Amino acid sequence: MESVKIAIVGSGPAGLSAAGRAAARGLSHILLEKAPHLSDTIYKYQRGKYIMATPDQLPIRSDIEFKAGSRESIISRWDQDAARLKVNVKHGADVTAISGSRGAFTISLANGETIRSEYIVLAVGVQGNPNKLRNPGADQPFVQYQLDDPREYYDENIIIIGGGDAAIENALGVANPDQGNIVTLLQRTDGFPRAKDANVQALFKARDDGRLDFLTESSLIRVERGGSGESLWVAIVDTKDGEARLPCDRIIARLGAAPPRKFVEAAGVEFTGPDREAFPVLTPQYETTVPGLYVIGALAGFPLIKHCMNQGHDVIEFISGNRDLLPPDTPLLEALFELAPVRRSVDEWLEYIRSSVDVLNDVSALQMREFLLGSTIHYKKRGDIVVSRNDTGSSIFAIIDGSVAVEVDPQNPRITVPIKKGNIFGELGLISGRRRTATVRAAEPAMLLEIPRNATLKLMASVPGVKRRMDRISMERQVGQIFGQLMPRRAIEEILDAAEIIPLKGGDAFIQEGERSTDIFIIRSGSVVVEKRIGGKDVFLSYVLAGNYVGEMSLFYDGLRTATVRAAIKSEVVRLPGVIFERFLEQNPDLYREVERLVSSRRKLNDYVEAKRESFSSVVDMHTSIARFLLEEEGLSEATDALVIDETLCIGCDNCEKACADIHEGISRLDREAGNSYAYIHVPTSCRHCEHPHCMTDCPPDAIHRGPDGEVFIDEKCIGCGNCQRYCPYGVIQMASVPPEKPGLLSWMFFGAGPGPGEPNKDWIAKSRKKESEPPKLAVKCDMCSGLKGGPACVRACPTGAAKRISPDEYLSLATDGKA
Amino acid sequence: MARNDHMRTSGLPISHEGFLGHKRYRYLKIAIIVSIIAIIAYVISDVKPRPNGGTWYGYILGTISALLIVWLMMLGIRKRAMTSGHWSLKAWTSAHVYLGASLLVLATLHTGFQFGINIHTLAYALMVIVILSGLVGIYYYATVPRKMSDNRAHRSQKDMLDAIRALNNELREAAQPLDQKYLKDVTSAIRQTKIKPGLFSSVDSAQRQCATTRAARRLRRAASKAEPEMRRPLEAVTAILERKAALLLRTRRHIHSKKLLQLWLYIHVPISFALLAALAAHIVSVFFYW
Repeated sequence: MESVKIAIVGSGPAGLSAAGRAAARGLSHILLEKAPHLSDTIYKYQRGKYIMATPDQLPIRSDIEFKAGSRESIISRWDQDAARLKVNVKHGADVTAISGSRGAFTISLANGETIRSEYIVLAVGVQGNPNKLRNPGADQPFVQYQLDDPREYYDENIIIIGGGDAAIENALGVANPDQGNIVTLLQRTDGFPRAKDANVQALFKARDDGRLDFLTESSLIRVERGGSGESLWVAIVDTKDGEARLPCDRIIARLGAAPPRKFVEAAGVEFTGPDREAFPVLTPQYETTVPGLYVIGALAGFPLIKHCMNQGHDVIEFISGNRDLLPPDTPLLEALFELAPVRRSVDEWLEYIRSSVDVLNDVSALQMREFLLGSTIHYKKRGDIVVSRNDTGSSIFAIIDGSVAVEVDPQNPRITVPIKKGNIFGELGLISGRRRTATVRAAEPAMLLEIPRNATLKLMASVPGVKRRMDRISMERQVGQIFGQLMPRRAIEEILDAAEIIPLKGGDAFIQEGERSTDIFIIRSGSVVVEKRIGGKDVFLSYVLAGNYVGEMSLFYDGLRTATVRAAIKSEVVRLPGVIFERFLEQNPDLYREVERLVSSRRKLNDYVEAKRESFSSVVDMHTSIARFLLEEEGLSEATDALVIDETLCIGCDNCEKACADIHEGISRLDREAGNSYAYIHVPTSCRHCEHPHCMTDCPPDAIHRGPDGEVFIDEKCIGCGNCQRYCPYGVIQMASVPPEKPGLLSWMFFGAGPGPGEPNKDWIAKSRKKESEPPKLAVKCDMCSGLKGGPACVRACPTGAAKRISPDEYLSLATDGKA
Repeated sequence: MARNDHMRTSGLPISHEGFLGHKRYRYLKIAIIVSIIAIIAYVISDVKPRPNGGTWYGYILGTISALLIVWLMMLGIRKRAMTSGHWSLKAWTSAHVYLGASLLVLATLHTGFQFGINIHTLAYALMVIVILSGLVGIYYYATVPRKMSDNRAHRSQKDMLDAIRALNNELREAAQPLDQKYLKDVTSAIRQTKIKPGLFSSVDSAQRQCATTRAARRLRRAASKAEPEMRRPLEAVTAILERKAALLLRTRRHIHSKKLLQLWLYIHVPISFALLAALAAHIVSVFFYW
């Protein structure tokens, strides 16, 4: 019987890293692996899958190297490292039971062997045992539970079973039209609640394109021989409309995997609870309730490779008696506080920030560590600018020490509102996606924490307390900004207590013309359109952006709504109860006059429209329909900057596209001819730089950002996964590889060298590119030519002035003071 | 308090400023002023023995005109060289158009109204052709895009071609039950779909000679005379053929419009180069072989 100090079960990232550490330390160890190769889960990933090393900032501490890269490169690296470190691997070792405790464990293998060890590190993950089909006939060799390379299968009838991401990705993989497969996906429930949105959209699109089909509320009954003899098989499927027979050459079942809880519990390990998501109870050193038995990796609740590998390293250190080991991110966090005027340890700082910054009160120490790694600490002297009005930026700031002053009146910077220690600011930009509304300066020496957008969103999503506090603060600020100077503090308090946030879908009306109500709505995010019914038609009156309010007019029209207000896109509004306003206005005639003056221009417009309602001509109709086309159909209501072409001027020379391609490595980011037109206004397929960019929804490497000029751009971290392309509702992102460099313009003009200006054609690319040297396809989109002095090339290169970039608040808005 | 932020109401949607009206006709104004100055100077500067390119005033005008021509021709490079910096091709086009047209005044005055059969007059004539072709171009630029937009009805050229291909597929299916002689018409309508009208043929004549139009006409006639059981398939095929003919008309108009927007350049640009050569010959000859 073999006897070692440490037995490690499972050779995934966590187990392999642990074994690597044990080998490096010269400890007697054994790495038990069921499969004939290392790291079975990653080995079974789809061929060529790009594996990321997230979280980015977290340093890796392991004797086994790990960098983001393809599945193949990572596997071969790990094999080399394991061999170099002389890791003692035992393949084909299927552990069936563990017994004993510290100093005397016995591990039984399926083949009858037993192994003795002093310590055990369990790193078996959760993917080791996929759920299998139990239907008759499902034991055929063509039924598989993983897909290595989708390109291997040609001209087959393939049935995919499952509704999760793995099933959908596999289905899309084999449904490549070049391969001629007939692909059907079976999903037991109605819809795909477990899959990522982007995948579901891609699935629906693939069905619309006729590339595959899927049946919901359907399940497999059995697989049997069918058809006219030979070797044909059919799957008998229970569908919504009864039994169906589907020819099948292959079944790929992706039914998830169950953590091997029974096996772990049999060793005496306790779990945190009875539910499916429960994990073993662990000490900070990863020791279970069985002394000497440690659990790390996915089984301990850490699905990311980097975490797993660090734990593998650390657990061996802990077992070897190294109790002073600090978490690997400690040096980075120390650097963050290097310039602080006070000396504190990292743990002390974390606690200090958590307890002093109100919104962070409910955040755990582990979450603090994670978001702080991506955050910045600023030390500002009195009078230093922190953010400037009209800057773009969607990070938020928390005041750790000191205080800041907000310049609320752009005309008079001396009028300021203080924000004290422990508070946050900048949240309006995060919520509305618009530019900074005010300049903020340090009022005294201040220590500020800047948390980036994504980290903030993640915190808000995972810690309910953060979201609750953020919502309350942003509401207070908005109400204060709009009514603060008009109404007494107690009125504001009262209004806030009664305020509620209402989420709206595009098109939802929250104020109806003719209704009686005096509630006032602040637009928190998104935008709304105001319309009035004139002569049986809805006439477009105005377009109102986030940060403004609507509904105050009815206070002056006896509570009667004079227009309908609808959300132009997905928006959020804050409803403030009108009764409170009415009461305060009645009590205070000065206030009434003040508010009346403030809203007079809107009243004038309304009265004007009211007076002219009979004589309204087709011009207004036209105006209304153009506004609707742009805002609603073309999505410009969420745009911050969009390319719009006047078709009466456009001569179709495509110089805009050529210029775009020449500025950007030979790939044009706009398609002039595609896209819709209305009344000679053409909105080409080109990025609108949305307020809340859809493309940012799920970018695994976090490569999409908003730049200093408001442009949404993709940086070099892009891994080419295509999520942003699937999320973009306007189809403006393409996956493309950079073509080879072209000869210069003059050599083209005079000697005909190269393909000339613009995107080179396919033939030229194929000819000029060395074999097999095609760079990877990455996401490509408009970056508004950021960094280019003269501004966007598409507009500058238009010979006739047909191309123009606009932001909807500019073109659909005219300050109407005295004009309407 | 930022009042305007809360007081936003719509004005008229987007207004684009075309190249002709660039910066409130800045270059038109400049061109007119330059031309007027040149004319006045021509009248008051009583050069001896007579107005001529060889006088001091003639040299000034000639130099300006020659440099202007070179600069005007730089538009071709400017358009294709996408560099950084604060330039706009629209401004260049605007200047190109108006300053180019002003050459008609400047160069004519430069000649002193002396014409003959020689290299000098050839250069002048080429210049006039270039300018006139440019005016034609402006006319097309001002009128064709709107028509093109009306015609294409939100479809891109690729959409149109795809739709024609789809209709061809439909035709192939629907024509299966037809008699051999009609099948032949349909096949030729599919095979001989020539979309591009020839260089000199009009859209209408291309449409008239099109195999699809002819097949549609013949099958429509056949359907009216056919036995009841054959009438339905014939009518079905005819309907597809007519849809295709309508789409072909649209596509041909589209391509024709694109042609109009480019055709004048095939005169404008080569003649410009001929002008440049003639101009060089003119300058060399007046200086060396006077």
